[in-house]
Amino acid sequence: MNSRAIDVLVGVFMLLFFGAMFILAMKVSNLTSLTSSAGYTLVAKFENVGGLKARASVAASGVKVGEVSAISYDPETFEASVTLTIDETFSDTFPTDTTASIYTAGLLGEQYIGLDPGAEIDMLQDSDEITLTQSAIVLERLIGQVLFSRSGGS
Amino acid sequence: MIDFLQRFGRTWIDMVGRLGRATLFLLHMLGALGSLFARPSLLVKQLYASGVMTLSIVLVSGLFVGMVLALQAYNTLIDFGQENRVGTLVALTLVRELGPVVTGLLFAGRAGSAMTAEIGLMKATEQLSGLEMMAVDPYKRVFAPRFLAGFLALPMLAAMFSAIGVIGGHLIGVDVLGVDASAYWSQMQNATSFYSDVGNGLIKGLVFGFVVSWIAIFEGADCIPTSEGVSSATTRTVVYSSLAILGLDFLLTAVMF
Repeated sequence: MNSRAIDVLVGVFMLLFFGAMFILAMKVSNLTSLTSSAGYTLVAKFENVGGLKARASVAASGVKVGEVSAISYDPETFEASVTLTIDETFSDTFPTDTTASIYTAGLLGEQYIGLDPGAEIDMLQDSDEITLTQSAIVLERLIGQVLFSRSGGS
Repeated sequence: MIDFLQRFGRTWIDMVGRLGRATLFLLHMLGALGSLFARPSLLVKQLYASGVMTLSIVLVSGLFVGMVLALQAYNTLIDFGQENRVGTLVALTLVRELGPVVTGLLFAGRAGSAMTAEIGLMKATEQLSGLEMMAVDPYKRVFAPRFLAGFLALPMLAAMFSAIGVIGGHLIGVDVLGVDASAYWSQMQNATSFYSDVGNGLIKGLVFGFVVSWIAIFEGADCIPTSEGVSSATTRTVVYSSLAILGLDFLLTAVMF
């Protein structure tokens, strides 16, 4: 094996590596889709976030506009404080009376936050709080409520 | 009883001594790495020996591992009606765990054993002493290029393993079993993050490359210079590398994910 052939094969090897990294970056992982770096943040307080996790998507009318960047517990209001990162292209898009609700995608799917825009003229700015929120539906509570209302009615 | 204790103590002293020699050897070798800038052709040659020669086995096993993962995941997930998630499972398993680990094991068997045997034979035939006689530093000329080549080649091979595995999963999951192609890719992209999954996979590959090359070269340089010694050193390389990879993988996973 002469040295020229070795150089060529090592070059091919490097190209294959770059090809593999390209596939891993563009096809396998979400390098191209929305990332948390570019955008503005909103805060929403929920009584109960259910199974919501960080990096869950934030959607308006089913279109992804951002993602959940952090979830923490607020010991003063006894509520879960969810930080949303909304993509820059959607700045000045959501009115101040936008409702944030936690939905489940399908019966077994992941939970995500849906934004339903209101009618105000003022728009939500960076680090504003979404005051109108609707918590996740927890199945046990739902069953409890149904049982309670049935026994109350009879 | 005293005899037994003596043997036991001897074993431990030998082990600690070996560990110390291995560390000194590593430091000496790392110190010699700088000389590679002057002669990059040595590195290219070793990249060929450890990287290109391992490529075929890595690509073939990557393809089949991806295919098996897709098949297994599909058979389990179809019960829950979640067969769209086959892509997620295949990609995360490959990128986080199987890519670096299986590549590391294959690399230890294919390239690590070759490194040990080559260096061990160099020692047995007194080529290393010959180099020293000619005032050529074997650390700079023989060990450092092999070490750097192994260190770099393993994460590269691991990335290729994961990439071809995902393609293999696509072949079985989408083309044979009929998962929706766009769901395969989009579910995968939703769950896999470039920095924390692909990036950590690469870091694992670098760690494994470091350890496997270190073990392989040290065992070669430290072997008893007989044909028997070389053969047992080669065996030790494969055994120690495999154990080190599996143990370190557990530690790294516990820290990373």
